[in-house]
Amino acid sequence: MTLTKDAAQAAKVASNKQSEFNTRLRASFQQLLAFASLLALVLFFSVASSNFYQAANLSNILLSTVVTGLLALGTTFVIITGGIDLSIGTGMTLCSVMTAVFMTQLGMPMIVGVLCGVLFGALMGGINGFLVAFLKIPSFIATLAMMMVAAGLALVISGTKPIYTNEVAGFQKIFALGKSIPGLVIPNAVFILFAAAIVAGLLLSKTILGRYTYSIGSNMQATALSGVNVTKWTVLIYTVAGCFTGLAGVIATARLNSAQPAGGAGLELQAIAAVVIGGTSLAGGKGSIIGTVIGALIMSVLTNGLSIMSIPQEWQQVAVGVVILLAVYLDMMRRKKATN
Amino acid sequence: MSKKLLRISGVNKSFPGVKALSEMQLDLNHNEVLALVGENGAGKSTLMKLLSGIYVPDSGTFEIDGQEVAINGTKHAQELGISIIHQEFNLMQDLTVAQNIYIGREPRRAGLFLSERALNRKARLLFDQINIDLDPKDRVGDLTVAKQQMVEIAKALSYKSRILIMDEPTAALNDAEVATMHDLIRNFTNEQTGVIYISHRMDELKAISNRITVIRDGAYIDTVDTESTTMREVINLMVGREISGNQRPASQTPSDEVVLKVSGLETKGFLRDINFELHRGEILGFAGLMGAGRTEIARAIVGADRISAGTIELKGTEVSIGNPAIAASLGVGYLSEDRKHLGLLLERDVKDNIALSSLKMFSRMGVINDKAMKSTAATYIDKLRIKTPSSAQTAKNLSGGNQQKIVIAKWLVKDCEILIFDEPTRGIDVGAKEEIYTLLNDLVAQGKSIIMISSELPEVLRLSHRIAVMSEGRLTGFLSNAEASQENIMELATQNTTGAVLTPLPASSAQRSTS
Ligand SMILES: Nc1ncnc2c1ncn2[C@@H]1O[C@H](COP(=O)(O)OP(=O)(O)OP(=O)(O)O)[C@@H](O)[C@H]1O
Ligand SMILES: [Mg+2]
Repeated sequence: MTLTKDAAQAAKVASNKQSEFNTRLRASFQQLLAFASLLALVLFFSVASSNFYQAANLSNILLSTVVTGLLALGTTFVIITGGIDLSIGTGMTLCSVMTAVFMTQLGMPMIVGVLCGVLFGALMGGINGFLVAFLKIPSFIATLAMMMVAAGLALVISGTKPIYTNEVAGFQKIFALGKSIPGLVIPNAVFILFAAAIVAGLLLSKTILGRYTYSIGSNMQATALSGVNVTKWTVLIYTVAGCFTGLAGVIATARLNSAQPAGGAGLELQAIAAVVIGGTSLAGGKGSIIGTVIGALIMSVLTNGLSIMSIPQEWQQVAVGVVILLAVYLDMMRRKKATN
Repeated sequence: MSKKLLRISGVNKSFPGVKALSEMQLDLNHNEVLALVGENGAGKSTLMKLLSGIYVPDSGTFEIDGQEVAINGTKHAQELGISIIHQEFNLMQDLTVAQNIYIGREPRRAGLFLSERALNRKARLLFDQINIDLDPKDRVGDLTVAKQQMVEIAKALSYKSRILIMDEPTAALNDAEVATMHDLIRNFTNEQTGVIYISHRMDELKAISNRITVIRDGAYIDTVDTESTTMREVINLMVGREISGNQRPASQTPSDEVVLKVSGLETKGFLRDINFELHRGEILGFAGLMGAGRTEIARAIVGADRISAGTIELKGTEVSIGNPAIAASLGVGYLSEDRKHLGLLLERDVKDNIALSSLKMFSRMGVINDKAMKSTAATYIDKLRIKTPSSAQTAKNLSGGNQQKIVIAKWLVKDCEILIFDEPTRGIDVGAKEEIYTLLNDLVAQGKSIIMISSELPEVLRLSHRIAVMSEGRLTGFLSNAEASQENIMELATQNTTGAVLTPLPASSAQRSTS
């Protein structure tokens, strides 16, 4: 018995390895496809306009991805839990105002100001999490209210006027200037985005927090009954997401060398669009950071490419809308194929 | 010679990494109940999903009354007279019984407006015809599991089907409810019709089926006449190995130490004055009819529902358990009876599900050790004979019984002092049940304590040291394993007066309000 059983066991282990490999292969293949659509877009615009594939323009595209990209990273966490965060757009603006206030009016040193800006984002995220997890207010409504509160506070605190940060030593330099790789100047902000993406990716795939993010999104009740403190973790997840909003606020301030208190509304939808294009399901439980990064890049390549082809602003919006529909539909089809 | 009502031959079906069916065959006579049995993951549900047009076969032929048919989709299957009642419910909780049954086929006025009256009338007519006791206007979410099962049946029969497929319709029912269900089936079968009946409850096959088809690992094994075959033979065909079985409960006696003491527990509007003690090393069975309040006790203890009065003591200290996370941290785990909604992460893989309750065990400073998770998952996949291509398979792709095993594994990994198992063997095949019984006995031998809620009396009788019986939100009595029998349990379970509590309890169990 033992001999045959061992043999069977070995065969089973081997076949397990094989099919696990297959599952992985399929998963990475899906991501490859998303990446392929990004490349296809780049290729298309490169052919359509000679101005597109230029070092300066590429660096432009990357730079314009930074803020929405950061927002999208954070909100990926929230969306995977099955929630939504509408407050990140104006929340980012409030964080930007606060960062400027910390650095100018409160006279904090640059690094401390940056840190406080990020922490302020975390605080806002935490409040969102509290509303959703403790008070059980649906995330759509809680964050919709938060979006308005943040927009209002940004205006109140700044006195509706921009707050300039040129005085702050080293602030703009750190974020706006760049490293030049031969032929291409990549702004520091872009490196920050990619570093943030790596941190987010590791958090989501390698830590307990990430695993619970998926668990809560796939089945909150089952997760709770498994002895996981869903309330606590939800607050934590929203707090982590808030850090990215805070960071986005800091970067936006550095880029413009000022906090502009009136903007931000609408960015949340762009971020959500990037997340969804990246294959994260609004129903929760599914999604990836790499997908979100690709989604954010697709969004900015598209906007940039269309402007370079001198397509009027109005039509750009139409095109972006169509691309979102297309991307999500294709992604669904792909998944269906993969499971059937 | 009369043609078969249904004949299936040479059917193959593969999923990525799994060959679910190979050269499968089966035939169904008119006026027959054909039982289809096999271990978890043998391919029963897959075959039935092919028949009802949910999956497309890779190859194979289907004949109805001697005529070959290609089944294109669920709608086409219904037109061909094939109806299926799935292993998992597919009802809309917020709609009424009648709305559920006639969804998509609502009687309309002027082709546009819904008529609720006509709808309810139609449903009532159907219920009279097939002799089901249901109110068309009840909200489905308010019904007991048994009644919901009736709704599923009524829905299937409303299609005027000739071939009725039932995938484990009785997994969640108690004996009385099973008998009602059998009556329905006998009513349905006639010269025009036939039933394919999937079940893991061997005892009911004798009662309801004419023939039994056995499959194993996706392959056809044999078909036997129920009359002339013993269940033992069927089981041997099914598992292809000898099964031990039938020793009575864990040999060693539980210690005197009380690990859990519940006094005067009440919940708003349902549970009344629940008092009991659980000893170290004891399996305390909870018996009762569906809806007697067993699940409610479990949920109240782990803090999933609020309690309105009473106290809970763990090893002599009173605790206040506000949510299941606190319960788990105190070493009390609860396995829910509803694996689809409350037990599993269907979209996550097997190892994530198994590790869910004990993720902290598999991580250092918040970073997960995937390797450790995988090897633990592999251990339990082996121990519980979970049929899956790998621990990275998505849970929803597993067969119903194998999903249940994952939920059990989750709590075995967690290493709780007290485990509350609510219908742990629902949908699990005979062979695997034995393995699970052995595991439960091992657990109590190690000094753990188990509360086991089950609607299958033989199971309760076999495993429990003591049996608590409930009726209508009250405990109506305790029986030791030696004195318990199906009869006296049923007697207590149907008793609806304020039953006497048989265990000695301090008279002054103060009823303090918690939370
Ligand atoms: N959609 C799917 N994708 C991948 N594998 C699947 C899928 N559906 C079923 N399987 C696999 O096919 C096999 C047969 O499953 P099936 O559900 O038919 O079993 P079953 O006999 O009904 O078992 P049970 O008694 O547990 O309900 C199993 O190994 C299962 O994991
Ligand atoms: Mg099945």
